[in-house]
Amino acid sequence: MSISSEQVTHIARLARLKTDPEKSEYFAKNLSRIMGLVEQMNQIDTDGIEPMSHPQDTALRLREDVVTAKNLREQYQALAPSAQDGLYLVPKVIE
Amino acid sequence: MHQKSIAEHANSLAKGEYSSVELTEHFLKRIESNSDLNAFITVTDQLAREQATQADQLIKAGKAGLLTGIPIAQKDLLCAKGVLTTCGSRILENFISPYDATVITKLHEQGMVTLGKTNMDEFAMGSSNETSFYGPVKNPWDLERVPGGSSGGSAAAVAAMLAPVATATDTGGSIRQPAALCGLTGIKPSYGRVSRFGMVAFASSLDQAGVITRNAEDAALVLAAMSGFDPRDSTSLDVPVPDYVASLQDSIKGKVIGLPKEFFGDGVEPDVADAVQASIRELEALGAKTIEVELPNSEVGIPCYYVLAPAEASSNLSRFDGVRYGFRADEYLDLNDMYEQTRAQGFGEEVQRRIMIGTYVLSSGYYDAYYIKAQKLRRLISDDFTKAFEKCDLIAGPTAPDTAFRIGDKNDDPVAMYLNDIFTNSVNLAGLPGISVAAGMDRKNLPVGLHLIGRYLDESTILNVAHQFQRATGWHLKMPGGYE
Amino acid sequence: MQWETVIGLEIHVQLQTRSKIFSGASTAYGAEPNTQACDVSIALPGVLPVMNIEAARLAVKFGLAIGAQINRRSVFARKNYFYPDLPKGYQISQFEIPIVGKGAIEIETPDGPKSVGITRAHLEEDAGKSLHENLDGQSGIDLNRAGTPLIEIVSDPDMRSATEAVSYLRKLHSLVRYLGISDGNMQEGSFRCDANVSIRPFGQEEYGTRAEIKNINSFRFVEKAINYEVDRQIDLLEDDSKVIQETRLYDADKDETRSMRSKEEAHDYRYFPDPDLPPMVLDDAFIAEILESLPELPHQRQLRFVKEFELNARDADQLTSDRALADYFESLQALTKVSPRIASNWVLGDLSAALNQSEIEITDIRISAKELATLLDRIEDKTISGKIAKEVFTAMWNGEGSADQIIKSKGLKQITDTDAIESIVEQVLAESEEQVLQYRDGNQKVIGYFVGQIMKKTAGKANPQQVNEILRNKLGQ
Repeated sequence: MSISSEQVTHIARLARLKTDPEKSEYFAKNLSRIMGLVEQMNQIDTDGIEPMSHPQDTALRLREDVVTAKNLREQYQALAPSAQDGLYLVPKVIE
Repeated sequence: MHQKSIAEHANSLAKGEYSSVELTEHFLKRIESNSDLNAFITVTDQLAREQATQADQLIKAGKAGLLTGIPIAQKDLLCAKGVLTTCGSRILENFISPYDATVITKLHEQGMVTLGKTNMDEFAMGSSNETSFYGPVKNPWDLERVPGGSSGGSAAAVAAMLAPVATATDTGGSIRQPAALCGLTGIKPSYGRVSRFGMVAFASSLDQAGVITRNAEDAALVLAAMSGFDPRDSTSLDVPVPDYVASLQDSIKGKVIGLPKEFFGDGVEPDVADAVQASIRELEALGAKTIEVELPNSEVGIPCYYVLAPAEASSNLSRFDGVRYGFRADEYLDLNDMYEQTRAQGFGEEVQRRIMIGTYVLSSGYYDAYYIKAQKLRRLISDDFTKAFEKCDLIAGPTAPDTAFRIGDKNDDPVAMYLNDIFTNSVNLAGLPGISVAAGMDRKNLPVGLHLIGRYLDESTILNVAHQFQRATGWHLKMPGGYE
Repeated sequence: MQWETVIGLEIHVQLQTRSKIFSGASTAYGAEPNTQACDVSIALPGVLPVMNIEAARLAVKFGLAIGAQINRRSVFARKNYFYPDLPKGYQISQFEIPIVGKGAIEIETPDGPKSVGITRAHLEEDAGKSLHENLDGQSGIDLNRAGTPLIEIVSDPDMRSATEAVSYLRKLHSLVRYLGISDGNMQEGSFRCDANVSIRPFGQEEYGTRAEIKNINSFRFVEKAINYEVDRQIDLLEDDSKVIQETRLYDADKDETRSMRSKEEAHDYRYFPDPDLPPMVLDDAFIAEILESLPELPHQRQLRFVKEFELNARDADQLTSDRALADYFESLQALTKVSPRIASNWVLGDLSAALNQSEIEITDIRISAKELATLLDRIEDKTISGKIAKEVFTAMWNGEGSADQIIKSKGLKQITDTDAIESIVEQVLAESEEQVLQYRDGNQKVIGYFVGQIMKKTAGKANPQQVNEILRNKLGQ
């Protein structure tokens, strides 16, 4: 399975990673190699096997509906690249 | 002083031979004088001194536990309150965590003293510690070589005795492989045994925290302190933690060790194979029985892992977007460009590669062929272990196919690098406990690791066997030259 | 060509829990920005979700109320996309196995009742909000809402007109409020509607290309947005052009839908089971307990009102569309001596009109059922006429006092003294010779004129029945 640089550009866009033709070309090569390794999965027949998402066969634990969180806004927003009036600032969101 | 085990330190602290502050200062000095190893990203000397002072008061008051006042290094994947927590990445270069990971809370509650945060492969993605934004870590056994990864800083720190013990995390071998490459003991407990809260997620269904130590007894002590139910982690198990220390002394007579033929094939370096075979004979001499078992699907463990882990990672790492914390690019045109520049500059090459693989295998049209296929294989791999454990109590083999390689050797070929985890990552896929113990040296005088895999939630057996093996062989006592 | 409209609705309902779906942060509305954005809400590195049992309970309650299949095992999945109000870069939702499966809701249409299928209802977390005002061309992100529990209720494409869509929406709105699973406040965004709209030639089986209209936040706008969109699609198709599958935003100010630029890029949400959350497994006891706690549902109550109070189906439907309104009616009819039908007319008539005009909710009403009952009793005991009662009601609404106080202070008590009425009737007849002649010539309509004159002289206080009786007697002579 080889991945083209166009595919890399598309994936990078979905993943919000800036790319350029050179970078896409470079990643296309090593991603293709990795996908070659991944293709080895097809050696094994998995018909009728139930997919396994969790290493344990457990059920979700549910917590009681209680407010436990304190307002730590100032502490958290001290970490932000840009914040004002209690809001996180980002370049304009266009709808 | 730095060569002592935790139990020996605890004894000395109790007797007043030295204080925790003195012990802490001793290790801080060693960290400083060995900074060329690049084992630490952050040294928390101030915090360590405060904690050591408090520990000394507890010791004086007779309120100390076995771990009170014992210094420890923390992998930088674990959030520590008020401390820079980078995960080896530029994208968190300025992230001072506002909270403690549950693991850190538990260790601090036991009175342990945090010396600093150890270097690691960026977001735990790597087997050599070369993907860290903060530079590669050197292996104390040979400074030209890698310590393994991703917990390379933790392993180098313990091997060079800059800390008696270090926390580590393991998604596909990140505790056991560096422990093997540095001649140490490294245990990854069963999935769900240790809380993942505050441990920055790489692949949530595979990640587990554990410890790297110089012997199995220390590992048992610290692992017991880290383990246990945490209501803030929905995958944490609400089951009692066995007394790992008590069972260390059990005889291993009659224990059945399964030897999967798949772990002893052509891919293993002859020196490694020889050392592992010799270790198995030692175990037999201690009364253990060996039988051959089969793990027929283990050959697809690597491809399966390199679908599932990147898939989960691609989603887990989406939160690093330059909005609420961490690095944001200096220049950008608009919102999308801010995201793309921030993430392309903030993540290193290997992380971007894995995000791309993960995005690809989850994307429309490929999901069934890759992601679902890998999940089905995961079940087959897990079922293989279940079947094997019907016949044996634990499984043994090499931890890694080779000993430490040279820095830069495998950088150009991600696939070659990925194959380092060939024996370890199926254990994560199945959620089982695994330990690596020093089991000899190759002809380059580099340590070889013996890998023991236990039944689900049975850390006790592998710790017990590891301890008895260490008592019999003493490989764990070997120290890298220049650090004694 | 004759076109048929096909509509399916996706409704997001905020569940009334105290804390968020996956964390212990408060869900209260209206707090200062980001003061209810905890570590999980802002997606700090390393934090993990832990599911709120109450959110599961409320979702099951909804499922049971619409007779839907409840999935004993449901799975949380991640929906991956980047947006500043989505802090993790994914939304935790349910994809392949939702908590609530197939069900149905019956709506009233001009052609009679109709069943609208519910495809599914799944649990998910709400996103935060982007604000654009006074921020130097930047957007500000408030994550207080991020993590508020939602159920997304997806209907089958069963509706054939904007009116049906509104009827379905009202039915659901009333249901979630009845069940107490949501406050249903559309202004605050507790109840939000997206509409999938397409058209096809009558008789054609396959569906046309649909547009998804987002951001419709009132019943009125739902109707307008759908009608606008249907017209737009008809224009396109009749112009030999094509409808493109896209997301469109309804602009209430301009009354139009327009393509959303930000959603132009084809989405690939890369759903996969959330590894942080094992499957949610609900046992029989959990579900049975919720089943027992279900209140009487609007439809059941409507049937009971028809049977017990002899109301017509339409009035019963209107009364039961709002739990508080139905409760008010039930108290009123129990307290008053007038018939349930008259009580219902008052609740749906003057009372509802006054509520609408003052834009207040029945729950905030100042006239208690008991006070209104007294007023109605004054009609029954002939203290005042129905017409005067309306005047008294308005005064009560304006806070001028109780019914009896107002009747007394304004002197509105009916004149029921036969002698007094007779003398007024005689006076009026004497003053209206011409009209009396007309009446005698067979013009029955002038009776209205006499009544009007009598009422004028008594300021409307003469008992109308007595007036009629006496008038006819006198004229018959």
